[in-house]
Amino acid sequence: MRSKAVFGGRTRPKGSLVISMKNRIRNDIILALALLLAALAVWGVVSLTRKTGEYAVVLINGEETARYPLDKDAVVEIETEDGHVNTLVIKDGEASVTFADCPDKLCVKQRAIKRTGETIICLPHKLVIRIEGGGGVDTVV
Amino acid sequence: MKCTAYRITLLGVSVAAAMVLSYIETLIPLSIAVPGVKMGLANLVMVFLLYKLDWKHAAAVSIIRVLLTALLFGNAASLAYSASGAALSLIVMSLLKGSGAFSSVGVSMAGAVSHNAGQIIMAVLLTGTREIAWWLPPLILSGIVTGLAIGAVGAVLISKIKLKTD
Repeated sequence: MRSKAVFGGRTRPKGSLVISMKNRIRNDIILALALLLAALAVWGVVSLTRKTGEYAVVLINGEETARYPLDKDAVVEIETEDGHVNTLVIKDGEASVTFADCPDKLCVKQRAIKRTGETIICLPHKLVIRIEGGGGVDTVV
Repeated sequence: MKCTAYRITLLGVSVAAAMVLSYIETLIPLSIAVPGVKMGLANLVMVFLLYKLDWKHAAAVSIIRVLLTALLFGNAASLAYSASGAALSLIVMSLLKGSGAFSSVGVSMAGAVSHNAGQIIMAVLLTGTREIAWWLPPLILSGIVTGLAIGAVGAVLISKIKLKTD
């Protein structure tokens, strides 16, 4: 009975199924495996549909503001509506963000991108760098 | 439920604990390649309240925590993300707990994964970029791991801490 109490078995709501702790833990494991499978499935779809892209497209608030060809090296200062700044660098056919004036700098930590549909996202600035073109397959998720 | 003063104190302490855990979490950065990966320490308080009291008390503490955390440490965007994550997480945990089919560890795990999913949904809506959904696999994985860990600690707290309302 002790293990039952440890796993919160005390508070069984009225009208719910009476399921033993052993079966609940079994259900937990099934749930974990189902979630793992879901993650694998999404990952599989993502990696199968990716191709090397042609352009780095800059989206602010979901709207395209500029696009740069990946085969030409470039350094671009991107200014968002509210005056925040991100630096986009295109080098060796890959796009990356090397500077951002946001507090968390998650976009700077993200790896360089080059495949169609890959994104670097700066949530605080509502800024998205997305790779497009290549193979003519538009991004479908 | 009686003993109102006791309950108000309990909820106040819960909000404080959740806030402190949220703050500690910001000191330990886990987001390396994938943004949004975090431990979800505050979920410990939600799981505890869900099992010790009910979903209404957990929801009340969750709402206050999300608002205060955004006011103190965040901005409008972070409020939207944490609110959507917290709401979806609490709904899923309440339903799974109510079903009686899962232990509190499984409930916590589902809560962590759905918290991440809720944030992804909000990010897709706010930025209008469906590709953000590609972050789901690593976020589901991290949700499973952190949710199980938090759930294991939560299960001990649920059994060891005795409340007057028990």
